[in-house]
Amino acid sequence: MTSPRLSFRASLRQAWRGLTSMRTALVLLFLVAVAAVPGSILPQRPLNPFAVDRYLADHPTAGRLYDRLGFFDTFAAPWFVGLYALLCVSLVGCLIPRIRLHLRALRAQPPAPPHSFARLPCRVSAVTALSPDEVAAAAQRRLRTRRWRTRSRGGGSTASVAAEKGYARETGNLVFHVSLLGVIAGVAVGALFGYEGRAIVVEGTGFTNTAIAYDELKPGRARGAADLPPFTLRLDEFEAVYATDGQARDFRADVRYSPGLTEPDRRATLRVNHPLSVAGSRVYLLAHGYAPHIVVRDKDGAVLYDSVTPFLPQDGSFLSTGVVKVPDVRPGLPQLGIRAAFLPTVDVARDGRLRSTSPTPTAPALTYEAFAGDLGLDSGRPQNVYELDTRGLTSTGGGLLLPGETSRPLAGGATMTFVGFREWVNLQVARDPGQRVVLLAAVLALAGVVTSLRVRRRRVWVRATAAPGGTVVEIGGRSRRDADAFAVEFGRLAADLTKLLPGPVAVPADATEEMHP
Amino acid sequence: MTADPDLAAASDWLLFGAVLCYVVAMLGYAAELAFGRRAPDGPAPIAGGSTDTLPAEWVSERAARRVARHGGERGWPTAVGKAAVAVTVLGWLLHNGSLVTRGLAVERVPWGNMYEFSSAVCLAAVTAYLYLLTRQPVRYLGAFVMLPVVVYLGIAGTVLYAPAAPLVPALNSYWIKIHVVAAMTSSGIFMLGFAVTLLYLARESWERRHPEVPEVGAGAASRVRFPAASTLDTVAFRVNAFAFPIWTFAVIAGAVWAEAAWGRYWGWDPKETWSFITWVVYAGYLHARATAGWRGRRAALIGVAGFTALMICYYAVNLWISGLHSYAGV
Ligand code: HEM
Repeated sequence: MTSPRLSFRASLRQAWRGLTSMRTALVLLFLVAVAAVPGSILPQRPLNPFAVDRYLADHPTAGRLYDRLGFFDTFAAPWFVGLYALLCVSLVGCLIPRIRLHLRALRAQPPAPPHSFARLPCRVSAVTALSPDEVAAAAQRRLRTRRWRTRSRGGGSTASVAAEKGYARETGNLVFHVSLLGVIAGVAVGALFGYEGRAIVVEGTGFTNTAIAYDELKPGRARGAADLPPFTLRLDEFEAVYATDGQARDFRADVRYSPGLTEPDRRATLRVNHPLSVAGSRVYLLAHGYAPHIVVRDKDGAVLYDSVTPFLPQDGSFLSTGVVKVPDVRPGLPQLGIRAAFLPTVDVARDGRLRSTSPTPTAPALTYEAFAGDLGLDSGRPQNVYELDTRGLTSTGGGLLLPGETSRPLAGGATMTFVGFREWVNLQVARDPGQRVVLLAAVLALAGVVTSLRVRRRRVWVRATAAPGGTVVEIGGRSRRDADAFAVEFGRLAADLTKLLPGPVAVPADATEEMHP
Repeated sequence: MTADPDLAAASDWLLFGAVLCYVVAMLGYAAELAFGRRAPDGPAPIAGGSTDTLPAEWVSERAARRVARHGGERGWPTAVGKAAVAVTVLGWLLHNGSLVTRGLAVERVPWGNMYEFSSAVCLAAVTAYLYLLTRQPVRYLGAFVMLPVVVYLGIAGTVLYAPAAPLVPALNSYWIKIHVVAAMTSSGIFMLGFAVTLLYLARESWERRHPEVPEVGAGAASRVRFPAASTLDTVAFRVNAFAFPIWTFAVIAGAVWAEAAWGRYWGWDPKETWSFITWVVYAGYLHARATAGWRGRRAALIGVAGFTALMICYYAVNLWISGLHSYAGV
């Protein structure tokens, strides 16, 4: 009987062996692939929180289930993290013994030839006048010049040479797998110490690298949102160049910036694919759009709202939509909400509807619909600054404004003026200290996998035995993989080796006969 | 700057010619398969299925004897098969011409939208097949490469067709050239691997249903037109194993590009997610080939899953799932 402790340990060992087996690795790889699927089909919170809210509103039952399962943040869900943690453990557990074995193999000598060459997949034999020792010495020299690792054995009546090549295969394979761990480590460093945020900046305004300046910020887990490297930036001008068909040709944002919190004084031009480096962070130009300047006044002319409001482009013509919310019209009066669309080049379509024919602002106009009632700001429902929740509102009509024009009274005597417009850019600011580690590890992994898949580990033996008619030379070899490519290599090598044998070379008759198909 | 209409039209006609050639070649290959005799196994007549290998001088002599006994390659089906190869090469040249003229017409790399991309992937697949043909007697694959290429180009030329136009700024980077060339090349090669894998699966199930027919030898010669399942398995593995590092490189280059364009090298955008899934499934395929009990049929099924993921990565993601990459356009 075994003691319970021993059997516990035995079952632990068995579980470990199971976890680090190839089969488990295969199953885990498959599970990771399947587990990533929901992350590509369903909207993801880190990428687009509004899309998730919309999905939850449209599919309440399924949505709630998915939410509980973590499908809206798949790649941070416990089961996904658990899966790849298991894969990492399996990988480490499988690599440690393999590295140890391989280090031993790198120092080991090629093994002695088999007793019988008949079982080797590739073999030839010949008879020569040389002595076994001379055959072995010549073969060893030739194999060495061809970069085989060799070891000669015996002497006198039987001498042999063992040769092996292709250790790089396992080296490459191990480098590949270790580098995968390096990639994961680099990703972890980035998640802990880096940060990433997005902010909309309107022409003529500035940006300070602090948490409140962002519309969306993902701070590093170990650093927190308070610890951002300080810098300031100001958007002087944005320019988009379009082809005549409205296709964008180039975007450029002229900015001034400074590391630290001083007045920005250095000039730079941001373009797509050409970020700006400042204070260890990089600033990217992601997107752009129009921001109409809208002023709302009450019936006595007091300003209720005065803002250059970023609108979101809806299509290639940059028809852009946005929302103005005026909660404090006057005590006792309903709140005011305006849903508006900015049209860079306004035109009337054949069906009578308004549209924009080009993203270039040659004939800008603003269309709107006003609502009065309760904006729902106190309802506790999540607020989206680009959308109007019309549940507590009633429409009071709409219209079209050209720059400088003021609307008729909307509700409670309030009016809206479309003063003009500016452009905005969406900047992504990021710092990822793990990035270099990831790149280096990825390149090493690539080199490793190429080596591992191209190189074959193979062995060749030459045995020379003294016999009455001369010395019988047998040459045989095997390769773990890619048998027919090895057969070709072996054919050449064997031809080369037999050329070393002077005098009458004969092929034993039986060797030729047995090969007839 | 807009596209040159004459060159763009020339490109469309050249592609049409290429498809025509591929269709003719496909019929030729199919005729050879239907009426011809068994294709040889392995790289040379002597090595396939034989257990011994001889120095080169002896091989050629013995090979000559065996080939003489076997009858070698003759008869009209063989001639048709060889003609099909010639027509394939012609189609390949026209196909190259189509891509070059498209590139000249729009003064940029000719893979800026899904139509151009699909055409380039098919070109990579045909190139991979023709290259393999110079190394191994794989003419039996011809029909199975031409069929998906023709279907693919047909879909690309109709459903996905986009008129020649310059690139949107985000695609205007030299990393796109590197990333996309690698992605297209590996996809074309994976496509070839997929064709061989399907053939393997068919042949493997046939062999299981007919255990009495030997893999090689006299009985096999007259009854079997395809190489043994084990040979197809080896070819499929080699093709997929060749494509895998290129795909790996494409993913890395894509990450470098994403970093330059969007400020993060990886963001689990749907396109990125599916390229990751594709990579993991093919890694699983390579693993399966080295895992006891998973070789052969199961590994092949994983290979099929890998190609399916690749197709989802290109088409489903662009057409139905939106993300940062979606401006790459239909
Ligand atoms: C992070 C997950 C893993 C990935 C993406 C991965 C990927 C790969 C790839 C692509 C290959 C084929 C290329 C080559 O031979 O170098 C391979 C081979 C191999 N992997 Fe992994 N692997 C992973 C985890 C593991 C684990 C956990 C084990 C331990 C059981 C393992 C053991 C092996 C072995 C032994 C080979 C060599 C197979 C052969 O001889 O062809 N791998 N791996």
